[in-house]
Parts: sequence; structure tokens; C-alpha cells
Amino acid sequence: MKNKSFLFLTPLLVLIFILATCAPAEKESTAEEKTTAKAVSRLQLIKDRGNIIVGCNAELPGFGYLNPAGEFEGFDVDFGRALAAAIFGDAGKVEFRPLTAAERLPALQTGEIDVLIRNTTWTLTRDTVNELDWAAVTFYDGQGMMVRKATGWKTIEDMEGATIATTTGTTTEMNLADTFRSRGIDYTPLLFESTQDTNTAYEEGRADAETSDKSQLAALRSAMANPDDHVILDITMSKEPLGPLTAHGDNQWNDVVRWVVWGMMEAEEKGVSSKNVDEMLNSNDPTIRRLLGVEGEAGKSLGLPPDFMVKVIKQVGNYAEVYDRHLGPQGINIPRGPNRLWKDGGLLYPMAWR
Amino acid sequence: MIKEALVEKPPREEVGLLEWLKRNLFSTWYNTLLTFVSLAFLFFVGRAIIVWALHTARWEVVTTNIKVFMIGRYPASEAWRVLASLGVILLLTALTWVFRKLRGRPIRQWLILGWLLSFPLIGVLLRGFSEQNLFLPLVSSRVWSGLLLTLVLAIVGITASFPLGLILALGRRSKLPVIKILCTIYIETIRGVPLISVLFMSQLMLPLFLPPHIRLSTVMRALTGITLFSAAYTAENVRGGLASVPVGQYEAARSLGLSNVLMMVLIVLPQALRAVIPAIVGQFISLFKDTTLVVIVGLLDLLGVAKAVTGQRQFIGLHQEVYFFVALLFFIFCSLMSRGSRRLERSLGVGER
Repeated sequence: MKNKSFLFLTPLLVLIFILATCAPAEKESTAEEKTTAKAVSRLQLIKDRGNIIVGCNAELPGFGYLNPAGEFEGFDVDFGRALAAAIFGDAGKVEFRPLTAAERLPALQTGEIDVLIRNTTWTLTRDTVNELDWAAVTFYDGQGMMVRKATGWKTIEDMEGATIATTTGTTTEMNLADTFRSRGIDYTPLLFESTQDTNTAYEEGRADAETSDKSQLAALRSAMANPDDHVILDITMSKEPLGPLTAHGDNQWNDVVRWVVWGMMEAEEKGVSSKNVDEMLNSNDPTIRRLLGVEGEAGKSLGLPPDFMVKVIKQVGNYAEVYDRHLGPQGINIPRGPNRLWKDGGLLYPMAWR
Repeated sequence: MIKEALVEKPPREEVGLLEWLKRNLFSTWYNTLLTFVSLAFLFFVGRAIIVWALHTARWEVVTTNIKVFMIGRYPASEAWRVLASLGVILLLTALTWVFRKLRGRPIRQWLILGWLLSFPLIGVLLRGFSEQNLFLPLVSSRVWSGLLLTLVLAIVGITASFPLGLILALGRRSKLPVIKILCTIYIETIRGVPLISVLFMSQLMLPLFLPPHIRLSTVMRALTGITLFSAAYTAENVRGGLASVPVGQYEAARSLGLSNVLMMVLIVLPQALRAVIPAIVGQFISLFKDTTLVVIVGLLDLLGVAKAVTGQRQFIGLHQEVYFFVALLFFIFCSLMSRGSRRLERSLGVGER
């Protein structure tokens, strides 16, 4: 009898456990934030909460993954840390929420996350129908083609009759068809369900070439037994501009995100890095003085501390440092290509900082 | 006892190895053929697996990241709390094993109380109080990941869904039409949709239904989804057990003057639940494996962590190794569960009474 009465205690104690895990001591963003998000900028809510919630990718080499210490690391992840450094002066005040491709846009729309930095391509539909606002482009990706070096192929025209491996049901497959049909070149597509199968088929020699996003190809190539036997052709079959995005209609918050990103590019342009930022504070160059908040009111206009770019550069680095760390030779080794500064012939063109 | 002694067991046939082989593997020409084909198949598959595991596989991806697999993003400085929780469970398991024979003694009731108290205790231990707390600083459930998260989801899901399922099963057999209809609608609705959609709903819709000042963490929302889903299946299993209890038992209970509650608790449920232990344990094992679906809603359980570590530069593309390791862990836990279920069945005499 007594035994039985214990049985009915179980739900009660489970309930206590549940309440213990979700008690209000946890600084959760409240639902109130959602309803008032339109009136008050997200920036104020982030400041009140004391950290910034960033939607990220958890399994993309170079861009977002867990390191052996159990922390998120990667190119996209560093931009989230840069935002925390800009707002709080501490790159650690950021919470990363790993998101799947299907979940990422609803998470931003419902206010679960403050900003989405998860290799998301800037497209017309997402910008308009899905009511999202891109802040800037951090990485210009594009569909590329990897072939064996021994073939000596340089252009699409060389690839007459080639067997090309790719993933089925993606825009990649359609872009491949468009590219070859517009040139009137014959090819045999070899389709697979996953990137991994596609890559294995190519590596085993069942296909002459493999097509995917260039950043993906570079990561896959670096994992191959003999990376030097393979070459990623200097052709781009589609545009994939990737960058951070915020919910529609919150311009103040969107401004903060874009100017932090542009500030990191500007720092590279002016030669300000995490190593020399302290000396640069004494620079006579007015553009550097404005960037670092020694002069001007950049911080005040954005609602940030005047020295926010100093914190960002010191704790995270300028654009080149972030790129080299994750995507450069120390990382998965993607040539900078279009992701060079405008003055070096690339597409990175930060707007005027004044 | 006396009766048993009188029943003579059939004489055991002693056969040698060769005789056994001949009788079981080479009795006819087609059995011989089948034996050789199977042996060749096993040999080639087995050799391929061993060659891969010992030579090709790069197990560094597992050894380097073992901490990530176990506790994921849980801060390393607080890892002792996970070990302490494990210690509590092991201690209780050991005590339960030592005192397993003492049915009905007070010590047993203390043990049950201990198991029940371990839930809030471990919950507090894992989560802590506030950020300022010196002894147990807050570790938000958002950073719970890896095997830790998988076990929390499975154990809390199982423990919470069982009583809920029991209530639903009783409700579905209720004579009050409102309760009966509500329970039936609930069970049939949940059973009619896949777990993934329940998880998505709990992630995206649950916050809309709750009052604004209550806000559940992602883990809590996934737990709610898993529990609600599993309860419907438990309810149907329990209902099967209830239906198997003969009407005579109900009548006997009533003729003794027991109230409805006492009749259920003392007479019907013990028989009904004993009959469906295999089905319920089977369902809990599948619940344990289904927790991997939380990857879809962005939680890093054991499988999510396995995917996340293959993004590390030096380990890109080592999917086989991590999946093999994860499969091994799941196999260990699931076989422990089914062994436990068989012991429970034996000690309760399922199929004998």
C-alpha cells in the first residue's frame, strides 16, 4: 500500500525536475520581446538581456562546428562573437543556437534568435516574401567545379562528354544543366542524395568531376588523401552571396550588424589588426581615428560604445584575420578570390565610414 | 516443491561437437551449401570490418573529442557535476541490486524514495542556481549536449510519459463520455502524426500557447514534445494490458467492497502492467532512439555532436568513425534496457502466472 503511494509521487517529482530546469532565474528572452520587437529595437532588448543569441551552423567545415573543447568555432561564428564584442565589449557574451536549414528562417521570424549567421544566400524571395533583411555580405560563394589535375581541364568547354557528380534535387543540379546546355556541351550527370556520397563517387573515380559550392569543394578537397591531385576550376556557375540577416523592419539593429561587418573590412583596408590596434589609436590618419572611435560619433549614432571597433578588432580581428583563421591556409584553404578587398580586385567594398 | 521433484526431466542427449555440426549444419546437401555460403559471407564482411576498424579508420576523431561526445558544450570546469550525477545513479543502482531480495522491507521503500528524490537532485545539480552562485553556478540547459542531453531527454521522457500514458489509458476506458472522448481524440491525434512534426510544433507553437511570462528553453520544449508523443503510445500499450485482465477480476474486487480507485490500484493495474512490460520496454527503447530526431530542431544530442565534430579541419569527412562510435553507444544502452526488462519480467513471472 505504502509502496503504491510512492508511485503517484513520481509525476510530482518529475514536475519539480521540470520546473527546476526552466525556473525564471534563467535569463530567457521573454515572449514580451516578440510583441514589442517592432516598437523597440532588438538592440535594446539584447543590451537588457546581457547577451546576443546568434543562429549558426553546427556542421559546416570552416564556417561553424564544435571544437574538441566543445565550443563553437568558424568563420560565421566569429562574426557572432564580433557583434558581442561591439555591443558588450566582450566577445564571450554570445549564445550560439545551432539551426538546421529548415529551421533557420522561422527561428529569426519568431524572434528566437537576434541574428542569423548561417551561410544563408541572399535571394529575392527570402528578402521579400520571408520578410528578412540582410545586413551585408561576408562571403561571396558560388557553384564551382572540381576535377583531377591530370585531366588538364581549365574551362567548361574542355569538359565535352565528362561525367559529373552532384547532389540531386538541389539548385546545384539545375545550375549544372543550365551551364552546359547554354554552351551546347554534352555531359553525363551522376546524381547522389548527399554531398558525402557525391564526394566519395568522385574520389573513387566514378566521375570525372564534382560540382558544389566552392567553399564546400575546398573543404572536401582538403580532406582527400592527395589534395594536390585535384583542382577547383576558376569558373563560377551561380552566385551565392552569404551574410548575416535580421528580422524585417528593425533598421537600428540591422545597422549595427552591417557596420560591424563593414568595420572589420575597413580595418583590413586600413591595415588595422588585432596585433597593432593599440598603436593605431595614436594614428594621425583621420579615417583610422574615426574607425576606432578616437574621433567622430560612429558609436553614438549606432547606439554602441565609442570604442566598439577597438574591442571587435582586438578580440576577434579584422576581416582578413578571421578569413585566414578559418578559410585561409590555416583553415580549410579557400583562395580568397572574390572575397578580396575592392582595391585588390575583389568584391569587398565597405561603405564610407564617416 | 514435492510436485516438482516428482516430475522427471527428459534425459539430456550428449552429443559431441562433430555430431552437433553434422546434425545442424550439414544434414542435407542444401544445408551444407547454405553453411558454406554463409561462412564465406561472414568471412568477407567480417574481414572488411576488421581491416577498416584496425587500419583504415582514424579513431583520433573519437579520442580527441571524447569529452564533446559525452557532455558536449557543458563547461569543462563544471564537468564534475555530471560525474556526481552519474555517481548518484550508480550508488542507487548498486544499493538496489544489493537489497533486491528484500521485498516489502522498509529499506525498499527508502530506496524507492531515494530514486524519486534523485530526479530533482540531479536536475538541480546539472542546472545549478544563478550565475553568481559560487558552488553551483548556472549551466543553462541550452548548453546541455552530447550523450548527456540524449540521456536527459530519454530518462525524463520515459519517466514523465509513463504516468501520463497510464492516466490516458484509464481515461479512454472511462464511463464518462467527455473524458473518454477527450482521451481518445488526444491519443488518436498524436498517433496520427510523426514525431518530427510534434517536435516542430513544440518548438515553434508551444511558446504561442503559453502565457507570455512563461518561456521554456529549447530542451524543455523538446522534452514536452517527446513526452506528449510517447504518452499516447504508452496509453495504447496499457489499454491492451487492461483489456487482458478478465472481467472476473473486476467482479471479485467489487464483491470485496473495494472502491474504484482501490480496485484499479490493487487488483487491475498490477496484472495489466505486468502483461505489457515487454511492449512498454520496447516502446521506451524506441523512444530512446527517437531522441536523435531533436537534431532537426537544432539540439546537439549525441548524433548532433557527432555531425558537429566532423566539421573540424583535421577530421573533415570522417563520418564512418563517428557514426560507428555513436551506434556502439546506442547499442550498449539499448541492450542494457532490454536486459533490464527481461530481469523484471522474470522477477514478476510474466507468462508463468
